[in-house]
Amino acid sequence: MHTKSLRELSSDLHAKKISSVELTQHFLNRIEKFDKELNSFITVTPEHALASAKKADELLSKNNAGPLTGIPMAQKDIFCTLNIKTTCGSKILDNFIAPYNATVVEKCNQAGLIMLGKTNMDEFAMGASNESSYYGPVKNPWNLNCVPGGSSGGSAAAIAAGLTPIATGTDTGGSIRQPASMCNLTGLKPTYGCVSRFGMIAFASSLDQGGPMGRSAEDIALFMNVLAGFDEKDSTSVQREKEDYTKNLNNPIQKLKIGLPKEYFTQDLNTDIHKAIQEAIKIYQKLGAEFVEISLPHSPLAIPVYYTVAPAECSSNLSRYDGVRFGHRCENPKDLMDLYKRSRAEGFGPEVKRRILTGTYVLSAGYYDAYYLKAQKIRHLIRDDFMEAFKKVDMILGPTAPTTAFPLGSKTSDPVSMYLADIYTSAVNLAGLPGISLPVGFQHNLPIGMQLIGPHFKESLLLNAAHLFQQETNWHTKTPEGF
Amino acid sequence: MTWETVIGLEVHVQLLTKSKLFSGASISYGAEPNTQACAIDLGMPGVLPVLNKEAITMATKLGVSINATVNTRSVFARKNYFYPDLPKGYQISQYDLPIVSNGHLNIILENGEIKKIGITRAHLEEDAGKSLHEAMPNTSGIDLNRAGTPLLEIVSEPDMRSAKEAVAYLKTLHSLVKYLDICDGNLQEGSFRCDANVSVRKKGAEKFGTRAELKNINSFKFVEKAINIEVERQIEILESGGTVVQETRLYDSDKNETRSMRSKEDAHDYRYFPDPDLLPVVISDKFITDIKNNLPELPNQKQERFIKQYSLSEYEATILASSKEMANYFEETVKNADAKLSANLIIGELASYLNKNNLDISSSAISSTKLSGLVTRISDGTISKNIAKKVIEEMWNTGKSADEVIESQGLKQVSDSGEIIKVIEEIIKNNPSQVAEYRSGKDKLFGFFVGQVMKAMGGKANPAQLNELLKKYLAS
Amino acid sequence: MSVTKENIHHIANLARLNIDEARIPEYTENLNKLLDLISQMEKVDTQHITPMSHPLEGQHQRLRDDKITEKNQREDFQKIAPKVIEGLYIVPQVIE
Repeated sequence: MHTKSLRELSSDLHAKKISSVELTQHFLNRIEKFDKELNSFITVTPEHALASAKKADELLSKNNAGPLTGIPMAQKDIFCTLNIKTTCGSKILDNFIAPYNATVVEKCNQAGLIMLGKTNMDEFAMGASNESSYYGPVKNPWNLNCVPGGSSGGSAAAIAAGLTPIATGTDTGGSIRQPASMCNLTGLKPTYGCVSRFGMIAFASSLDQGGPMGRSAEDIALFMNVLAGFDEKDSTSVQREKEDYTKNLNNPIQKLKIGLPKEYFTQDLNTDIHKAIQEAIKIYQKLGAEFVEISLPHSPLAIPVYYTVAPAECSSNLSRYDGVRFGHRCENPKDLMDLYKRSRAEGFGPEVKRRILTGTYVLSAGYYDAYYLKAQKIRHLIRDDFMEAFKKVDMILGPTAPTTAFPLGSKTSDPVSMYLADIYTSAVNLAGLPGISLPVGFQHNLPIGMQLIGPHFKESLLLNAAHLFQQETNWHTKTPEGF
Repeated sequence: MTWETVIGLEVHVQLLTKSKLFSGASISYGAEPNTQACAIDLGMPGVLPVLNKEAITMATKLGVSINATVNTRSVFARKNYFYPDLPKGYQISQYDLPIVSNGHLNIILENGEIKKIGITRAHLEEDAGKSLHEAMPNTSGIDLNRAGTPLLEIVSEPDMRSAKEAVAYLKTLHSLVKYLDICDGNLQEGSFRCDANVSVRKKGAEKFGTRAELKNINSFKFVEKAINIEVERQIEILESGGTVVQETRLYDSDKNETRSMRSKEDAHDYRYFPDPDLLPVVISDKFITDIKNNLPELPNQKQERFIKQYSLSEYEATILASSKEMANYFEETVKNADAKLSANLIIGELASYLNKNNLDISSSAISSTKLSGLVTRISDGTISKNIAKKVIEEMWNTGKSADEVIESQGLKQVSDSGEIIKVIEEIIKNNPSQVAEYRSGKDKLFGFFVGQVMKAMGGKANPAQLNELLKKYLAS
Repeated sequence: MSVTKENIHHIANLARLNIDEARIPEYTENLNKLLDLISQMEKVDTQHITPMSHPLEGQHQRLRDDKITEKNQREDFQKIAPKVIEGLYIVPQVIE
C-alpha cells in the first residue's frame, strides 16, 4: 500500500477499493511504528488528518473529488499551518501557531490532500544534513547511521520509509534535490516564482522556492499541478497560464539536446557517482537524446556567491524573531537590549547564528561592496552562463550532490565543509532555474542522484525527461529494507 | 563674527490611502491598539508585502508638481535596525533608486522675494508603530496600528538660510500636499512630520558646518523655535572654541531646548540592500503624463486665475491661494458676493480673528455663506465698510448672520437724505465758528463736520450721501 | 580580509545576538574560513556587470488596488504573543 504510486492510490480511492480514512490510518500507523527511530516528523496531526480524510471520503462518495482527493501527504514544517504548530525546526518558534495557512497549504487542502503532519528540517532550512534541527537529527532509512540530507531531510526520510507517499520541500541552495538524491527520491525545485512563497517561512527570499518530493516523476508532476500557480499575495509570484505538468510526461525526447557541463565532470567527481551518471547518459542516448559538452565558466563561484547572498538575506529575514510579538522570549529581560540579545541567543541554534553573523558582516558598512554587491554581480554572470548554454541545449545534466549520504555527525564540526554539499545545486537557485533530482543507482547501498536543469519554466520538460528515464529503469522503485 | 545658518528639511508626509503601503489593513487614525495591524504589518513568519498602487500614484502626483523627475524604475530596499515599533527588524524604504528626484519648490520670503528651494528626492517608505510609555512602570507598550502606513519622505537641499525660510518652505509644501489631496496635513496626528538638519558656518565659508538632526517637530511654530534655539546652541559652542557633534537631537517644546538622543546613535549601520520580496517598480511615461494632465489646480495656477477672474492684486491672490481651504472659502463667498470686498474682509478682519483665536479657516466661526451675506450688505449700501467691522465682530462672537446683527443692533445705514439733512443743520447751527473758518477757506475742517455728523448718527450715515449733502449745506 | 574578535562583537551587537564569550574564537575561525572561501570572488572582474538582486529579470512589481482587505484579528495574533496588556505588546522600557 505504502509503495503505490499516486495514480494507483487515486484509482483505488475513486474505485472505493479503499477509503481515505483507511489509507490515512495506514500511514499514521506506519508513522507511529517507524518515526521514533527516524524522527522525520516534528508534529504528527492524526485528528486533523482523519477529519480531512472523512471529508475526502464524502467527496469521493459523491464522485465530486479531484485526482488527489483523499491522498495523504506531509508538509515540511516551514509552511505555516492555521492552528497547527509551525516551528521551522527552531526553538525560537517552538510555541508558534500561525493564524494563517501558507498558500501551498491552502492549495493542498483545496485539492483534498490529507496532511499527516509537519516534517523535520534543518533549522530555518539552513543545512544540508538535517542535523541543525532543534528537534534532533533525522535518520536516513537507507542507513540509520547516515543523514538523509537537508534541509528537507524529514520529508525525504518520511517518503523513503513509506510514511507518506509525497511531501513538500523547499529549496534555497539544494534543499529539495540533495535530500531527494540521498534518499532515492525524485524532487523538483521549480522555477523561482512558480510556487507561492506566501506563508513559507523565509530563509533567503530571492532563492527560496517550494516544490514537490515523491518517488517518481509522475507522482511529483501530479503534485506539482496542486502546488504551482500564481498567488497575488506573493509579489515575486509569476502570472502565467495554469499548466498541466502531467501532459508532456510521455513526449518522445528524440533529438533532445542535453548539455554536460565540463566543470561538473572533473576528476573531483566521485567515481561511483560519475559511473552511475554515465549509465544514465547511455539510457538517454538510447531514448534518442543527444549530448553536447558545454561550459558554465562561473559555476565554481556558485558556492562563494551563494554563501554571501543567502546569509545576507537570512540575517535580515530573521530579524523579526525578537521576542516581542511571537516566538521565544527569554525569562526576565533586564532591559530591551537584553530581551533582544538573550531571546535570540537562546532561540537560534549555532548554524543559524553563524549565518546571521556572516550575513550581517557582508552587508555592513565597508564590506557591502566587496562581498554582497560583488556576489550579486557574479550572480549575474552565473545566470548568463546558463542562458548562454540554453541557446545550445534544451537541458543540462549533472550530479545532484558530490557524495551519497554521509554519516551523522561527520561534518558538524566543520560547517564550511558542509557547505560544499550544495556545489552542484546552488547555481540553479542563484539563476532561478528549475532543477530535478532523480535516482540513478547506489554506492554501498546508498542512493545516488542525478540532476537535470532546465530553462525557466521548463518544469514539464524536466519531468518528461525524468519520467521517460524511469520507464526504462527501476532505481526509483527501490525501497530501503526494514520499512 | 557673523554666522550663517544652513537648513535642510526632511518631511514625512503620511499618504491619504485607504490601506497600508504593503498590506490591506486600514490606516485610519485613532483605532484601538493593534486592531489595524495585520499579519504583514506585524512581520509574522512567512508573510509577504504587496505594493499599494495608490501610493505610487500619490508619489507621482507630488513629483510632477515640484518639477521633479519621476523615475520610471525605482527600487525598494531594506533598512535594517532593531526597534520594538519596527516589527520586521527592517523598514522597507527606497534607498539609491527613489521614485522622485531633483525637484524644487518656490517659496515667498517675507520681503516678497521668491526663492527656489531644491528638493533632492522623495521616496516611499513604511511608517513604524508607536511605543507608549504609560502602560506600566519600566515598560513600554507597543501599538502597531501605524506600522506599514505609507509615507512619502521629501528631502530638501540645504537651501534654507533661516528658521523663517524653513517655515515658509514647510507651509508651501504643506499647502501643496493638501492641494494634491495626498495628505490630510494634520500636524498634531503626525500626518506631516518634519526633521530639520541644522548647521552653522562662518559667513562666506564654502564648507557646511557639522549638522545636528532635529527630530519630529510637530508644529510650524516649534520648527522656528527649535531651529533658532539649535542655531544659538551651535554658535555658542563654536564661539567658545568647541566643535559641534553630528547627532540626532530632540526638541523639547516645554523647556524650549534641544537635547541629544543617544539611544538613536547606537550602531548607525543600516545595512541597506534591495528587498528581495519586492521587484523593481516600473511605471510608464503614459502613467506619469496622465497624472500630470489630471492634476488639480495648484496654488500658483489658482493665484493667477484669481488675479484675472476677480481682479485681485497679486498680494491678495497669493494669500487667498496659499491654502486649499482658504481658496475654497474665498470662492464659496464670492459665489454670491463682490470679490474685491470679500477678499478685503477675509484677508483683513476675518484673518485677524482667526489669528487671535489660533484657528484655521476651516474652523472659522463665520461660515462663507454668512460672510457672503455681510459682503452683500456692504455692496447694496445697507451698511458701510466701517460698520461692517462692528457687524463682523458680533457675527464672530454670536454666530448670528449679518442681517440678524444689523437688525438687532439697528446698524442699518441711513440713506434717507431728510434725516441726514436734519443732523447737518443741527451741527452747522451748533458750530458757528468752525463753519465760518471753513467758509473762509479752511477746507481741512470738512473732516471735522463728517466726524460730527457720523458721531451723532452712530456711524450709520451713508458716507457718499453724507459727503455730498455736507458740501452743499456748508457752501450755502 | 580577516575578521577579529572585535568584529564578531560588533556584528553580534548589530544582529542583537548574545555570543558566549567562550565561543568567540570558534565563531571567528568559522567566519574567517568562510571569508576565505568567498574571497575567490575577488578574481572576477565585475566592473561593468550590473548586480542581480532578483533571479527573474524583466519582471516588475505588481501593484495592488488600494482596498481594505484585512479585518481585526488582534485576538488571534495576541494569543501567541509573549506578553500583552490591554492590547499592547509589552517590552522593557524603550528609552528615547
